[in-house]
Amino acid sequence: MQTFFQTLFTGLSDGAIYGSLALALVLIYKATEVINFAQGEMAMFTTYIAWSLITHHGFSFWPAFFATLAIAFVGGVALQRTIVRPLERASVLTVVMATIALLVILNGLAAWIWSPQLQFFPSPFPTSSWVVGGVHISKQDVGTFGVVMACVLVLWLFFRFTKLGLAMRAGALNPDAARLLGVRTSWLLALGWGFAAALGAVSGMMVAPTVFLTPNMMQAVLIYAFAAAVLGGLESPVGAVAGGLGLGVMLNMLGQYVHPVTSELRLPVALAILLVVLLVKPAGLFGRVVVRRV
Amino acid sequence: MRGRAAPLWFALLVVLVVVAPFLTSNYRSYQLGFVAVYLIALCGLDLLTGFTGQISLGHGAFMGIGAYTTTILVVDHGWRDLWTIPVAGVVAGVIGIAFGLPATRFAGPYLALATFAIPLSLIGILKRFPHFTGGNIGKNLPQLHSEFGWSTNPSIWFYTVTWVVALVMFPLAFLIARGRFGRSLRAVRDSEIAATANGISTALVKTAAFGVSAFYCGVAGALYAIGITYVNPDTFPIDLSILLIVGIVVGGAGSLYGMVFGALFVEFIRISWGPALLDLFSKVHHVNTHAPGSGLVVYGVVLLVVLYAAPAGVAGLVGLARSRFTAVGRPGGAPSQSARTPI
Repeated sequence: MQTFFQTLFTGLSDGAIYGSLALALVLIYKATEVINFAQGEMAMFTTYIAWSLITHHGFSFWPAFFATLAIAFVGGVALQRTIVRPLERASVLTVVMATIALLVILNGLAAWIWSPQLQFFPSPFPTSSWVVGGVHISKQDVGTFGVVMACVLVLWLFFRFTKLGLAMRAGALNPDAARLLGVRTSWLLALGWGFAAALGAVSGMMVAPTVFLTPNMMQAVLIYAFAAAVLGGLESPVGAVAGGLGLGVMLNMLGQYVHPVTSELRLPVALAILLVVLLVKPAGLFGRVVVRRV
Repeated sequence: MRGRAAPLWFALLVVLVVVAPFLTSNYRSYQLGFVAVYLIALCGLDLLTGFTGQISLGHGAFMGIGAYTTTILVVDHGWRDLWTIPVAGVVAGVIGIAFGLPATRFAGPYLALATFAIPLSLIGILKRFPHFTGGNIGKNLPQLHSEFGWSTNPSIWFYTVTWVVALVMFPLAFLIARGRFGRSLRAVRDSEIAATANGISTALVKTAAFGVSAFYCGVAGALYAIGITYVNPDTFPIDLSILLIVGIVVGGAGSLYGMVFGALFVEFIRISWGPALLDLFSKVHHVNTHAPGSGLVVYGVVLLVVLYAAPAGVAGLVGLARSRFTAVGRPGGAPSQSARTPI
């Protein structure tokens, strides 16, 4: 029973990271109908910036964390303005290809600037753990979970209670009508990219202490995030987070209790879950079945 | 490239292929053999991406499946390497169909994210079952040697085998892209709703396109393994899948003969054009251009430049030039279709 709860907690903390990146994917998708393939690499790149602030510029963790969020936000807005916006009138496929180009460039640049070697990324949380009823709950897991959920909460409050958040929701729901009502939808898209970049930076900085910092560290996380988003129904922000938590717990439970599922098979299993969800319930757990009017 | 000119262009390609090894070194012929390998893979991927509008970031993995099929059959079961090529294609094709069946429920760009998981999963699976795949170390194939009583340089032998297969698969792709099936591919790309309204099962067409493209990549992978004479989990990284997509865009998505340019690009950007570009750059800015990652930056920048400057790729540029310089050129150039729907 102790193992069960320990696996559960590790799963929830892993899942929170998947959920945050899934939320970033869903945010951009809802606003622009574009899947940003560079989402993971943006997270990786900003995590390297945080690492460089900490190890080379004498920042301690939390100042570096918030500085990185700001840099990620500005970087996300800048990428949307320079790379994506000129393709506004092009087909969705062209925009998707541009984000793939961005993925490749960021991955290459990170290896170029910081070398592809594994780097140790400090964790802000102590390595010790609390013992509750014989179950070891690592402070690292609780901290990760708390930070990610706090970010999700802030984002939700922003969308729910601010005028800008309302404008962004309007722009995503019906761009033409929003534009007629005076909402500057193009800049809101840039803002959406900024938020997604910052959210990605959070997931990057939270995952880096456990998986170590390499240019490829987010590739697998991006797949888990996508599987989480599909599990949650792709268009639902709540679903993305819930899907992430569910996937994290599911993968850790399978790894713990199903013997043939070793760490090498973690990713194939996530892919299998994704495909099964699509076959059985394509709309996901929280999604609506989309009816298109022709 | 349709109509009466097509056989002429194909004849020209055949002549070039026959003449090339007499004009270049053996090593260059060996490289040109890989151009044929990439041509096969790109033709398959173009049927999926260019004609059906489904981006895949995972087709390098289908090359990997083909390569492993060939290696396992040759090394563990004593097959002759040439006979494994169709088997490799079929195995990759069947796995492609199995994956395509649920994956094609995604609309548009979602498929690409799901396919992104294939190369990463394949590496995990290869390492998980070492008694079957050779694990981290992989497996070695016998050295390249000419067969059927023809004694020639191994490079020339490889060149001959790859181009014979490519010159069968290339026109076959034209046949697939024509007719009823080809039309339904394009219908799915241009409007899924209109395609459905006309009685096309979009899921079926997408799955079939996925299977055909995986078959092509499996064949290409078999030849690739025969050429490099080893396979291991790092032989088919995600970079290869991305490079294939870059090759499609550079050649001109939706144009099959553009894939010849795409294949030349994929082979030579890695070994000569990319490093040359970087050297040029390092003369202007004093940075270390031989650092890891610099090659990837080149692919990415080339992809972006092509997307902005020539969204229809080399094929689009050729079409544009033809319509400008010949009175008979149709407005918009010969590959008008790819010029209209750039990827």
